[in-house]
Amino acid sequence: MQLEEIVAQAEAAIANADNPQALDDVRVQYMGKKGQLTELLKGLGKLDPSERREAGQKINEAKQQVQTSINSRKELLKAEELKAKLEAERIDVTLPGRNSAVGGVHPVTQTIRRIEQFFGDLGFSVKEGPEVEDGFHNFDALNIPANHPARADHDTFYFTPSTMLRTQTSGVQIRTMEVEKPPLRIISPGRVYRNDYDQTHTPMFHQVEGLMVDTDVSFTQLKGILEDFLTHFFEESLQVRFRPSYFPFTEPSAEVDVMGKDGKWLEVLGCGMVHPNVLKAVGIDPEKYTGFAFGMGVERLTMLRYGVTDLRAFFENDLRFLKQFN
Amino acid sequence: MKLSEQWLREWVNPAVDSNELSEQLSMAGLEVDGVEPVAADFHTVVVGEVVECGPHPDADKLQVTKVNTNDGELLDIVCGAPNCRQGIKVVVAKVGAVLPGDFKIKKAKLRGHPSHGMLCSFKELGLIDDHVGIIELPEDAPVGKDYREYLGLEDHSIDIDLTPNRGDCLSVRGIARELGVLNRLDVNEPEINDVSAKIDEQKAVHLDAPEQCPRYLGRVIKGIDVSRPTPIWMSEKLRRSGIRSIDPVVDITNYVLLELGHPMHAFDLDTLQGDIHVRLAAAKEKLTLLDGEEVELDDDVLVIADEQKALAMAGVYGGKDSGVTVESKNIFLESAFFAPDAILGKARRFGLHTDASHRYERGVDPQLQRTAMERATQLLLDICGGEAGPVTEAVSEKHLPERANVKLRSARLAKVLGVQIADDEVTEILQRLGLEATYNSGEWQVQVPSYRFDIAIEEDLIEEVARVYGYNAIKAAAPAAQLRMTDRKEASISRHTLTNALVERGYQEAITYSFVDPKHQAMLFNETAALTLPHPISVDMSSMRVSLWPGLAGAVAHNQKRQQAVLAFVETGLRFIPDESAENGVRQEPVLGGIRAGKAHTEHWSEGERAVDFFDVKGDVEALLEKTGEAHLFRFVADQHDALHPGQSAAIYKGERKVGFMGALHPQHEKALGLNQRAFVFEIELDAIAVRRIPVAQPVSRYPSIRRDLAVIVDKHIAAGELLAAMENIGVKQLVDLNLFDVYEGDGVPENKRSLALSVTLQDADKTLEEADVTEIMTQFVEILKSEFNATLRD
Repeated sequence: MQLEEIVAQAEAAIANADNPQALDDVRVQYMGKKGQLTELLKGLGKLDPSERREAGQKINEAKQQVQTSINSRKELLKAEELKAKLEAERIDVTLPGRNSAVGGVHPVTQTIRRIEQFFGDLGFSVKEGPEVEDGFHNFDALNIPANHPARADHDTFYFTPSTMLRTQTSGVQIRTMEVEKPPLRIISPGRVYRNDYDQTHTPMFHQVEGLMVDTDVSFTQLKGILEDFLTHFFEESLQVRFRPSYFPFTEPSAEVDVMGKDGKWLEVLGCGMVHPNVLKAVGIDPEKYTGFAFGMGVERLTMLRYGVTDLRAFFENDLRFLKQFN
Repeated sequence: MKLSEQWLREWVNPAVDSNELSEQLSMAGLEVDGVEPVAADFHTVVVGEVVECGPHPDADKLQVTKVNTNDGELLDIVCGAPNCRQGIKVVVAKVGAVLPGDFKIKKAKLRGHPSHGMLCSFKELGLIDDHVGIIELPEDAPVGKDYREYLGLEDHSIDIDLTPNRGDCLSVRGIARELGVLNRLDVNEPEINDVSAKIDEQKAVHLDAPEQCPRYLGRVIKGIDVSRPTPIWMSEKLRRSGIRSIDPVVDITNYVLLELGHPMHAFDLDTLQGDIHVRLAAAKEKLTLLDGEEVELDDDVLVIADEQKALAMAGVYGGKDSGVTVESKNIFLESAFFAPDAILGKARRFGLHTDASHRYERGVDPQLQRTAMERATQLLLDICGGEAGPVTEAVSEKHLPERANVKLRSARLAKVLGVQIADDEVTEILQRLGLEATYNSGEWQVQVPSYRFDIAIEEDLIEEVARVYGYNAIKAAAPAAQLRMTDRKEASISRHTLTNALVERGYQEAITYSFVDPKHQAMLFNETAALTLPHPISVDMSSMRVSLWPGLAGAVAHNQKRQQAVLAFVETGLRFIPDESAENGVRQEPVLGGIRAGKAHTEHWSEGERAVDFFDVKGDVEALLEKTGEAHLFRFVADQHDALHPGQSAAIYKGERKVGFMGALHPQHEKALGLNQRAFVFEIELDAIAVRRIPVAQPVSRYPSIRRDLAVIVDKHIAAGELLAAMENIGVKQLVDLNLFDVYEGDGVPENKRSLALSVTLQDADKTLEEADVTEIMTQFVEILKSEFNATLRD
């Protein structure tokens, strides 16, 4: 058979090989130990030496040509194989993923965390205290002696005449000042209790109490920090006003209102300059040190921030409500 | 406290409208809660006179009248009120009138008789709720006059929510003073003159408890007529101030109370036996109150008594036996100063709260008794007739509060407020407040008038200055403080971090009430006594929680009823364990609790769905423990708990200390808790997991690790955890990981046994482990499993 013919056959066989095995069979058939081209080379010895060189060169060229074709065919087959494999592995990427469920933090806690963050950045540390409190820390040390009309306003849950569920987190002020001395910057978030239950009252709610005592703490600074807080908490520049009020443990005292979207003032917190009797009760010299204190209702702030209308929803733990805050 | 705006304006009349006036009060610390019109809308209602009145021919209960309204002709009006009669002045809604409730008056026929209008009752005009026939006006009421104009009904009732320190403002007089200060206006005090005695009769008064009652004024008034009507100007002022008209004597004492802020009391003189004693009650002394209830007094309760018995609880409530009735002719009028400390808490103790006790508890001007007495006497004589005797005054000067003399330092004012208010301005503010202030080198010496009994210390004056200066005129400034870093302990794990760890695993944070249903709590925690609220909101909110589980179970039940399929809640908070040795008799322990119920996760196209089980929840707990970096310190030990399934409950130990519990809620509790599926709970003391290990770095081995698997057959009841712990406790230093990856029972494993498959990963810090080393180590493991757990190797 003519060399050209063999090459042509080989090329055709290579082109027809549709998998690596078939291609290898082709290789063996032509280039293997007994392959047709190998046989031709073996036959060179029979040729006249003058022709041998030229013929050998041609056969080698033919071998090279076939080998190149096999190589490129191999590359092509590999590429096709990969392509087919990838195609087989195609998935619907729009199907839902696995284990995507995460829960959420209660909106009241979210507000507490934000408050802790704002004041923490200003060097206020977080203090906590007991919820079953004694009369000294809940009332007496806060300048609310027995029978004071302000006590009646508290709707206190008493266990005994001297123990009760705390009605305010302000007692933590006292507990802190009993063991730490100025300068003091603390906030105290937590549960408080009042014996009152209707549309706008739950018998348990949350307060964050704040206290700063130092040598030059003043009412202007109290205004400054609270206006700053409200602006950052609501992330808008709300109209804020300070209205004279009365708390036995602060003087001067104020309630702070913000202007609601409906153009009405809404009370959001109470505050004032720490009453000298309170400082004296914990052995701090009110001539040297002054302080401010504030207390904010966490539920009220949360309701305003997120548009919650029913206070009681906070303690029903209805997932359809809670998940809205995730 | 409610007050009529018109009444207030009689005393001081600033050129501002109702809203502005309310705003002024609120911004001065006298918070206005509401401003309501004193009458509902109605019109075409006039004063009329019943000229003729006769029975209706066809109806027993109706009368036919002719009424003059001064517009030419008499109106035919049919009226059903029993008090309708000829000659009285009445209130006529004419044809075309519209009454409250959009009730239109039209021409009508009643039982065949024409009726062109209506004679009105207070109720029909929306003024007072009770319906006692038609309104009868005084004889001098001008016929034809618009009734709204006649009564001055374009008035507002201003509701002021006063703070307990401002007892001085519990009156028209007090509020008017404040408005005068704010508007720089003088207050028109009504002229109150001494009433001269017409008779000599007096009653001796003895101050047996001068500390509690340092001043008592009494006066005998004889020959009064209590059946006379209270004049409309007075009853209207009372009504608009939220007080019902009762009889002229009560109305007058209430009027003085509202006008001057001074409570008064009247006794029926003819019931009194001998002298008056203001004394402390004897223990268990009985007194029948005006409302008919008999109370047993304590020996710290101040009473007004005659020589026989207690007549009234001083400053709180009168007694029935000495009360003034419509038959009373002679009275003994009281105007006394009781010390606030003597009255505080007494009304509350007896479940009472009166306008008098409200004022005496907060304080009454100790110099006002005579003025109030003269005012009330004059009104009584004017309205009820009679003759007054001289005023008897018993006083113990040394027990009367002294007028306060308070120092205010300019520098202190500036320090507390943070702004410098000019001294002249401060002086002016103090003077406007009626305080006598003398300024001398940076200090004011301030004489406080008797009616500002709330002012006693420098801070009180600072507040007064700030309040009048205007809180909102004081600028805001950022606090200045030395920059000091606060503790940020690397080893402490905040409860937020722990909550977040579970939130990332699908938990929703819950906040449940700290008081729970005692029935649920007793069922779940048989042996733990709970703290009980004596006066709860309701019985099912009366037991302080000893665990977060009752509340969390409630949250699950609530949501199961609302078709929620995947339920996982976490809560942090205190649990309350009664303990005599703890502060206030209770240990208040912060804990973290959780509950899961329903499906393990939402149904997934490739994962399907399954119910949550013990090991889902255990995995959550283990994830929490991992946060400490020392999870190996914790152990789960099968243990029993009243609340839990006996075969699916474990105590959680940290070292030798039991720090928590977890397990399946006992199926027998499910129904009572309102649960319709198995629920798994856990609770851990927060302080056990609130600390994390500070890492101490170790070099990483450069040598390869080798894994060997080991399958052993052991008795079924052997706890896998103990087996793993035994292997770890050998202390093979090359052991880097030990994992139980298969548990098998069934074919090929004998009855009551199970096969546990373990992977052991070994690595040496200093060399590549040789086969011989590995074999030696594995032999140690196998030996201990054989000797301690009677394990056999599985083929």
